[in-house]
Amino acid sequence: MIINIQRFTEQEKPHWDRLEALLQRRERDGLARMELPDIVEFHALYERAAADLARLSTYSGERDIRQYLEALVARAYGEVHETRRHAVRFRPLHWLTTVLPCTFRRHIRAFWLAVAVTLVGCVLGSFSIGLDATAKDILMPFPHLRQDPSQRVADEETESDNRMEGRKARGAAWYVTHNTKVAITTMALGVTWGVGTIVLLFTNGVMLGAVCADYAIAGETPFMVGWLLPHGSVEIPAIVLAGQAGLILALALIGWGDAVPLRQRLRRSTRDLMTIMGGVAILLAWAGFIESFLSQYHEPTIPYWVKIAFGSIQLLLLCAYLALAGRKHEKAEAE
Amino acid sequence: MTQRRATLTIQTPEGIAFPLVLADPVVRFLALAIDRGCIYIASIVLSSALNLLGVISPDLAGATIMLAIFVLSIGYPIFLEWTWQGQTLGKRIMRLRVIDEDGLRLHFDQIVIRNLLRFVDALPAFYLVGGIASIVNARGQRLGDLAANTIVIRHPRILSPDLEQIAPPAYNSLRDYPHLVARLRQQLPPEGAHLALQAVLRRERFDDSARVELFAEIRTYLAELTPFPAESTESMSDEQYVRNVVDVVFRTEPSPSVTPLDLSKR
Repeated sequence: MIINIQRFTEQEKPHWDRLEALLQRRERDGLARMELPDIVEFHALYERAAADLARLSTYSGERDIRQYLEALVARAYGEVHETRRHAVRFRPLHWLTTVLPCTFRRHIRAFWLAVAVTLVGCVLGSFSIGLDATAKDILMPFPHLRQDPSQRVADEETESDNRMEGRKARGAAWYVTHNTKVAITTMALGVTWGVGTIVLLFTNGVMLGAVCADYAIAGETPFMVGWLLPHGSVEIPAIVLAGQAGLILALALIGWGDAVPLRQRLRRSTRDLMTIMGGVAILLAWAGFIESFLSQYHEPTIPYWVKIAFGSIQLLLLCAYLALAGRKHEKAEAE
Repeated sequence: MTQRRATLTIQTPEGIAFPLVLADPVVRFLALAIDRGCIYIASIVLSSALNLLGVISPDLAGATIMLAIFVLSIGYPIFLEWTWQGQTLGKRIMRLRVIDEDGLRLHFDQIVIRNLLRFVDALPAFYLVGGIASIVNARGQRLGDLAANTIVIRHPRILSPDLEQIAPPAYNSLRDYPHLVARLRQQLPPEGAHLALQAVLRRERFDDSARVELFAEIRTYLAELTPFPAESTESMSDEQYVRNVVDVVFRTEPSPSVTPLDLSKR
């Protein structure tokens, strides 16, 4: 086919410009809905540009026009052929009350697996300390955990009330950043077909079990529960949720009994991963605050029963939220 | 090891194919280094500004700085890739862009996941895991790209040929046959046109004998694609023939030369 390139360009340029303008508007405000006439026009312009590209594709001297059209068609292609659910404006309340708990329940098997791995680690850590008390030098990551529990309880119960004064906020920031890094790594290691995630969850479980057993054997159970429960009732579930996200990623990679191709499986899981990790970030921010402003204060400043009651109620509320929130929406969607 | 590809061709249902040039791991590393530098500088500026909070409470200032630097280091690539459609400052300088693996629109969740997986790609140091993954992978994807279904492409700077280096022929007899010129432009593949142009631009670099041989070969190739009447080309050297072809292919407008019609008017 022979074409007069000059006339062709003059004739088609206004259509390319219009397509470019629509694309720019779309890219600038991607969340805005397009009206039906705009959609019809956009599709017609895309097809026209694609046809122009086909006509030019073997036309040797017009490399610049061809490359311009390739870029234009590539951008429009991404918009026209996108079949994933359209990104809607983020509604924080809806996300918190519906999207997050529904996503959590949709992948409940991955969550139970993460819980099981953590519990196995806990049991092993407890047994290790029970059998050999010197194992805590290996099992416990922080130096203050390695000291004698009774000694620590005696020290902290006799210290002045304001021992955290002047470093509470920095402490909270450190807990938030450190725990968030651990959570992200736990999720990201799902890319190792879940092996890395399982190892991290198991290791966390071992450390937790070892600490609990160490204090229980020393007869300091009220101190230990009062110390760990206020922040642990949120922090530990958050790490397990990150493990759930890692296992979702791993399951998408492995694809057991799923005939859908790998890329589609991964595409399907990214939004759920982001949702769960969003929830993890919120939980860890709260846990960091509690750990610094409440958990580090013991009797006589705060009675243990108050801290234990606070942690227990918090845990119950978290369980109720994850188990019950958004049920109506789920039912409505099912119907 | 998978064979690494330089381009990824997207084929649309309309039968149109467009190539995407995949980014080289080395260029990606340079872009990353620029981004890390930006984060470092921004951290220093942010810390200095937030230090002023120390007047109210040193504890609060320390906590705010710690959180701000943490949010900055994680949020910088996410925020910029979202607002600049797949580019950070480093990527923009190195002319790179993150896009969906199938050429579709890049979603926010893809950006978040590819950036959170940096925690694994960066292990054990200097992005060793991510670097190895992107070298081994046929599409140059690090683990974060694999999980998020994204690729990083390069937009090479497209320079139009510098035709000023080629003096326009005083009279190009090929232009007397516009229908054949149009056919030649249609039949000559882009690679062939580029070859002819480069041969003319680099003529001084060839030995005399090599130059004669090269232009003879290119002329034969061009003449086979679109033969022009013998009376218009028989007295023309091979090099002049190629020059005239480059002139009609790359110059849309006729060169400001003296035409036979102009001569007759004089």
